[in-house]
Amino acid sequence: MATMTIDGKNLEFEEKLTILEAAKRLQIKIPTLCYNEHLAPYGGCRICLVEAASRSAPNRSRLVPACTAPAEDGMVVTTGSQRVLESRRFVIELLLSRCPESQVILELAREMGVEPDGQNLDVVGHYLLHRAPRREVTNCILCGLCVRVCQQIPERYALSFKDRGITRKVTPPFERVAESCIGCGSCAYVCPTKTITIEEAD
Amino acid sequence: MKLKPEDIRLIREKYASVSAIRSGEGTRGKNIDLLVCAGTGCVSNHSLKVKAALIAEIEKHKLQDRIKVVTTGCNGFCANGPIVVVKPEDIFYQLLKPEDIPHLVEEHFLEGRPVERLMYRPGEGKPIPKMASIPFFGKQQLIALSNRGTVDPEKIEEYIALGGYQALAKALTEMSAEQVIEEIKASGLRGRGGAGFPTGKKWEFCRNARVVEDGDSAFAKYIICNADEGDPGAFMDRSIVESDPHALLEGMLIGAYAIGATHGFIYIRAEYPLALERLTQALEQAREYGLLGERILGSDFSFDITVSKGAGAFVCGEETSLIGSLEGKLPEPRVRPPYPAQYGYMGKPTNINNVETWANVPHIIIRGAEWFSAIGTDTSKGTKVFSLVGKVNNTGLVEVPMGITMREIVFDIGGGIPGGKRFKAVQTGGPSGGCIPESLLDTPVDYESLVQAGSIMGSGGMIVMDEDNCMVEVARYFISFTQQESCGKCTPCREGTWHMLNILEDITAGRGREGDIELLEKMGRQIKETALCGLGNTAPNPVLTTIRYFRDEYEAHIRDGRCPARVCKALITYSIDPVNCTGCTACAKNCPVACISGERKQTHVIDQDRCIKCGMCYSVCNFDAVRVE
Repeated sequence: MATMTIDGKNLEFEEKLTILEAAKRLQIKIPTLCYNEHLAPYGGCRICLVEAASRSAPNRSRLVPACTAPAEDGMVVTTGSQRVLESRRFVIELLLSRCPESQVILELAREMGVEPDGQNLDVVGHYLLHRAPRREVTNCILCGLCVRVCQQIPERYALSFKDRGITRKVTPPFERVAESCIGCGSCAYVCPTKTITIEEAD
Repeated sequence: MKLKPEDIRLIREKYASVSAIRSGEGTRGKNIDLLVCAGTGCVSNHSLKVKAALIAEIEKHKLQDRIKVVTTGCNGFCANGPIVVVKPEDIFYQLLKPEDIPHLVEEHFLEGRPVERLMYRPGEGKPIPKMASIPFFGKQQLIALSNRGTVDPEKIEEYIALGGYQALAKALTEMSAEQVIEEIKASGLRGRGGAGFPTGKKWEFCRNARVVEDGDSAFAKYIICNADEGDPGAFMDRSIVESDPHALLEGMLIGAYAIGATHGFIYIRAEYPLALERLTQALEQAREYGLLGERILGSDFSFDITVSKGAGAFVCGEETSLIGSLEGKLPEPRVRPPYPAQYGYMGKPTNINNVETWANVPHIIIRGAEWFSAIGTDTSKGTKVFSLVGKVNNTGLVEVPMGITMREIVFDIGGGIPGGKRFKAVQTGGPSGGCIPESLLDTPVDYESLVQAGSIMGSGGMIVMDEDNCMVEVARYFISFTQQESCGKCTPCREGTWHMLNILEDITAGRGREGDIELLEKMGRQIKETALCGLGNTAPNPVLTTIRYFRDEYEAHIRDGRCPARVCKALITYSIDPVNCTGCTACAKNCPVACISGERKQTHVIDQDRCIKCGMCYSVCNFDAVRVE
C-alpha cells in the first residue's frame, strides 16, 4: 500500500494512478483542457500543472502536469500554491489571447481570477490581453483531443495536426474531408471549446 | 570473415606500419602518408581536387611506393582548409589549391625542403611547420576525436590498426555487463547532448528496467544514437561520424552489451550526406567482419543497427520526440516520467545517447575510469567538443578538457577576434543557451558553471560575437529560430515564444515601450517553468541572458531609440561627412535605390526618405566618409 498527500489530505492507493486520478479520489478539483479519461494522457495544454515533491527530494518540488504524472509513494502534491496559480494564470492568458471569443476559455480564466478588463492583470497578462497582436480568430486551443479520439477510439485517423509551432492547426489529410471519416462525431463531442461542428452530407 | 577476439590483434599487427606512421613514431622507414582532410569543410573547398593532384604528381615522380595519399575526416581547422598533413613528420599544409601541388611535391619530397609558403602563419609571425605546435591544436585534448585526421574513415582496418574494436573485445571477453556499467559510472561521463545526465546511471536504469511482455516486438530493449544535430552553427556530431564512424559503432556495441539491447538505431540528419555515406559504409564493413550481427566476436552477444534519417525538425533532438519520429509518429515530445529507460521506442526500455557520448565509451573501457576521471573538474569529467564559430579567427572544431576557461578557447585556441575588433559575448548551447559576456570569460567550461551563468553546455555550439553584434538582435534571432522550431504541442512554447518574438521585433524596429524588458523577463521565466520539453524550457535563455548582461543595449533601443552596435535598421541613419567626402561617386554608383546625389568632386548627400539602410555606401567608401549613427 502506497500513500501520498495532496493539499494536506492523505490517500492510500495500490494501483497505478496519475496525480489527477488521485486528486479526483480526494475530491480535489484540478482544471483540465486536453484531458479525457478515455484517451491516453497528453500533457500538452499545461493547465493542470501542480507542484509535486517526491519522497527522495522533499524540498525540491517540480511543476508537473497532473494528467500524466504518476502518483508515487511518499509524494507530496500542492494544487493551490502561488507557483501553481501563477503558472496556470499564464497558460490561460496565453489561451485567451489566442481565443478571445471562446466563452469556455473566458469562463475558466475568470475562475482563475483573470478578468480581462480588470485591474489585477500583471505585466504579462496586460500585454497578452490588451497589447499582443491578434491572429486569425479561432476557438481551437490545439489540445489535440479531436485528433487523439479519432486515432484511439474509431481508429480512423481522419484528423491530424498540420505545420508546427504557432502555425499549427488541426485538419483532415490534404485539407479535404477524409475518406476514412465515418461521421461518428467523436471529435465534435470531445472538443472542449466546441470548435468542431458536424454537417449533414447530402 | 567473422572475427574472433584474437583477430583484432592480428589485424593490428598486420597494419602496424599504419599506426607507426600516423603516430609519428615511424621515422625509421622512408614511408610517408599524406593525410588529405576530406571533412565537409575541406571537401567544399576542393580538397578532393587537391588529392587528385597529389596522386598525379606522386605518380609522375614515381614516388607511389613510398608515399601514400590517405583521405581522412575533419581536422577541425575548417577555416584553413583544404588541409594536408605529412606523416610521420607532422608537417601541416593549409589553404591548398591544386596548382600548389607540383611545387609542393617537388620541393618537399624530392628536394627535402618543406614549403613554408603553404604552412600556417600566426598573424605576422613566422610559419609553424608542425601541426602539434600550432596553438589551435596545442591546447586541445582529444578523446572523442582522437582519430580525427589520422584515420581513413572508409577503412575499418585502419580503425582497428589504430586500436579500434579493442575495447569491444575487452568488454565481451573480460567484463560482465555490470562491470561495464560500473566502469562508465566511475568515469563520471555525462551526456554530451546537453543535459549532462550521468551516462552510467542512465544505462543502469535501462538495464534494470523490466520488459513488459506484449508479444508485439521481437526486441526487448533498444539503444539509440541521437545524431540529429540541429543547433545553428554546430557540427560536432557530423564531424565525429564523418571522421571516425567506427568509434561511434564501437561505443554503441559496448553500450548495447552493457544494457542488454539487441537492436540499435542511429537517428541522423538527412542534411549530412557525407556522414550518412560513411556511416552506411562503416556498418557494412562491421557486418562483414561480424562486429555487428549474430554472436559478435564469437560471444553470445548479438546486436545490429538501423540508420534512420531525420527530416529536419529541431525538436527531434529532444529524446522523446526522436522516439516518436522513429515510430513513424509526429515528432512531439512526451511528458516524462515515464522515462525512455522504462517506456521508450515501441514502449520498450530504451537508452538514448548522443554521438559524442558514445564515442567516449571505447576509450573509457580501454584506458579505465580512473584515467578519464582525472581529466576535467570535480563534476564534469573528460573533454568536450565545441564548434567554434562566429567572430573568431580560427573557426573550426575543438576538443578541450572540461574546466578550461572560455578565454582560453576564444583567444588561445580561437586566436581572438578578427580585424582588431572588441570581443562582446559568446553564445554557448546554441539557441537554447545563453550569451556569456566578457566579464565572465574566465568562467571554467563545465556543466554547472555554465548554468550558473544563465547558459547551458548544450551539445557544444559556441558562437563568438564582437562589438558589431547587437545583443537585442541576437536575442531576436535565436527566439525566432526556436519559435519556428517549436512543435506546437504545449501552450507556453507555442504561444509564448511567438509573443516574445513579437516584443523583440518591436524593440529592434524602434517600437519598444517602457516596461518591455520586465515583460520579457517575466514571460521568459514563465515559459521556462511551464513548457513541456527541453526546447521550451530553454528557449527564453538567449533573451534572459542578454537582458542580464546587456540591459543597457535594450534600454538604448527602447528609451533613446538608438542601436549602440548600429545594426537595427530602423534605429540607424547613414549620412555623408562633407569633410571626408572626395566626391568620388562610388557610393552613388553602388546605391541600389539611387538615393545618393552629388556631382563628381562635390560632397554627396543621402536622401533619408528613400534610403533603405542596406549599408552599401558604407562598405564601398574608401575615404571613411559614410557615417552610421
